[in-house]
Amino acid sequence: MVHFSTDGRPLPTPTPITAPYFDGLREHRLVLQRCPRHGYFFYPRGRCPVCLGDDWEWGELSGRGTVYSFTVDRAGHDPALAGRIPFAIALVDLEEGPRLVGNMVGCDVDDITVGMAVEAAYEDVEDTTLLGFRPTG
Amino acid sequence: MGKRAAAIVGLTEWAPKRVWDEPMFTMEACARLAAEVLADAEVDKGEVDGLVVNGLRESPLFAPSALAEFLGIRSNFNEVVDLGGATPAGMVWRAAAAIEVGICDTVLVFTPSVPAPPQPGSNGGPMKMKMGAYMGGEVWGSPQGQFEIPAGLVAATPSFAMAAQRYMAAYGVSEETLAKVAVDSRYNAQANPMAVFYGKPITVEDVMTSRYVADPLKLLEIVMPCYGGSAVLVTSAERAARCPHRPVYVSGYGEHLTHKSITYAPDIVDTPIRLAADRAFAMAGVSRDAVDMASMYDCYTITVLLTIEDAGFCPKGLGGRFIDEHSLRYDGDWPLNTHGGQLGMGQAGLGGGMSHITEAVRQVQGRAGERQVPDCNVAYANGTGGMLAEQVALILEGA
Repeated sequence: MVHFSTDGRPLPTPTPITAPYFDGLREHRLVLQRCPRHGYFFYPRGRCPVCLGDDWEWGELSGRGTVYSFTVDRAGHDPALAGRIPFAIALVDLEEGPRLVGNMVGCDVDDITVGMAVEAAYEDVEDTTLLGFRPTG
Repeated sequence: MGKRAAAIVGLTEWAPKRVWDEPMFTMEACARLAAEVLADAEVDKGEVDGLVVNGLRESPLFAPSALAEFLGIRSNFNEVVDLGGATPAGMVWRAAAAIEVGICDTVLVFTPSVPAPPQPGSNGGPMKMKMGAYMGGEVWGSPQGQFEIPAGLVAATPSFAMAAQRYMAAYGVSEETLAKVAVDSRYNAQANPMAVFYGKPITVEDVMTSRYVADPLKLLEIVMPCYGGSAVLVTSAERAARCPHRPVYVSGYGEHLTHKSITYAPDIVDTPIRLAADRAFAMAGVSRDAVDMASMYDCYTITVLLTIEDAGFCPKGLGGRFIDEHSLRYDGDWPLNTHGGQLGMGQAGLGGGMSHITEAVRQVQGRAGERQVPDCNVAYANGTGGMLAEQVALILEGA
């Protein structure tokens, strides 16, 4: 579910299961669940997507990773974000394994490359914090 | 030898249009499509005992029963298929399989995509317009609404653009090579008066100078959304033999998916196409070399490149060279999407995906007119749904 910021930006509406993740982002920390059997981190859900176990624990990630792929939205595929184009969407492989999606911030969209080293960036929008990424160093 | 239990014996297809001046309820569109496809196959409506739809606007629940009631069909096989762009191909193999196991004999397969008559007192509202690109991901509890939509990862183009970006970094294909897919498709569309881009050929330079929509994809590498509609009729081999057109056996098929959002794709350049195609070819017992024409889902140019590779027509990483070295035109050495593909014909909703099947059927039946591929007996047709997610491959063979 989404809600919209006062300037019309779509924001996540946390669920009982995803709330700890978004609480972490608000503290500028990246926390995800990890399955004890294989160390696998995953986007919040009630059971591990590999073994369907429910004995996961929350763990904090470094936030460091590399760009798996990216695109620059120059058309405003979401009309609510048309005022923000051009903006970059990246899939980032974190050092600890999971692949996460977020906007690239703090760089020119034309300077982004596949394989680029990035770190988590935290974008505060009203009462929500969004996960983004910026080039490392 | 592959499966010979069921065959496509008739088709109907409406020319895709940007503006549709005859709004219709989905059920009314299905009734018209049914009348047309039954006439094409010379099959009586009373023989129909199965139907497959994606859904009905006028009956969001109970779609098959609502449609059977509306069409006056006593139906033994009633299916809703929800696989995005792979839906039409998924419908066709389900119909063929149902006929093979003996639960029904003759199945109507519908892919209408027309606007409804305007509803009194309703204009859709601004919020509905805004959320169209979210494709349902905005509902409570949807992971998309939590993680993808806030990042602007909506609609389909940004996801396919990321596949293209990753592919180009991994294998070094040029944007000009991807552009050639659009150019050859548009060439084919010049032999298809139903194509939305009929009379409008393009060059590689036209593609290269069109504006970036989502890097590295440019405007002319992206399908044009249209209205339209189509239907096919699938029946038993026994009944097919008494139809006027050459029966087109659904001789092999495969289906595969792992994810909905591109974020969760195990590898965005090693697509579910591979496993679906491998199963289809194995089931049909035909080699890639036996394929006379390919009808590949082409929502974007990159989709065609990935399909050529992952369907096994060339090794991984050499799809760019394959495109450079072959003419993909109806009169070329490797005819592909001879109707112009969706890139040249337009994407009439699910009718866009169905166009790959109707064209393969026309070619195998020898009724493709100016763009007929000589001695066309075996076709590969596929559908790609969502974000390189749902995949269905079909082998279609003439009787």
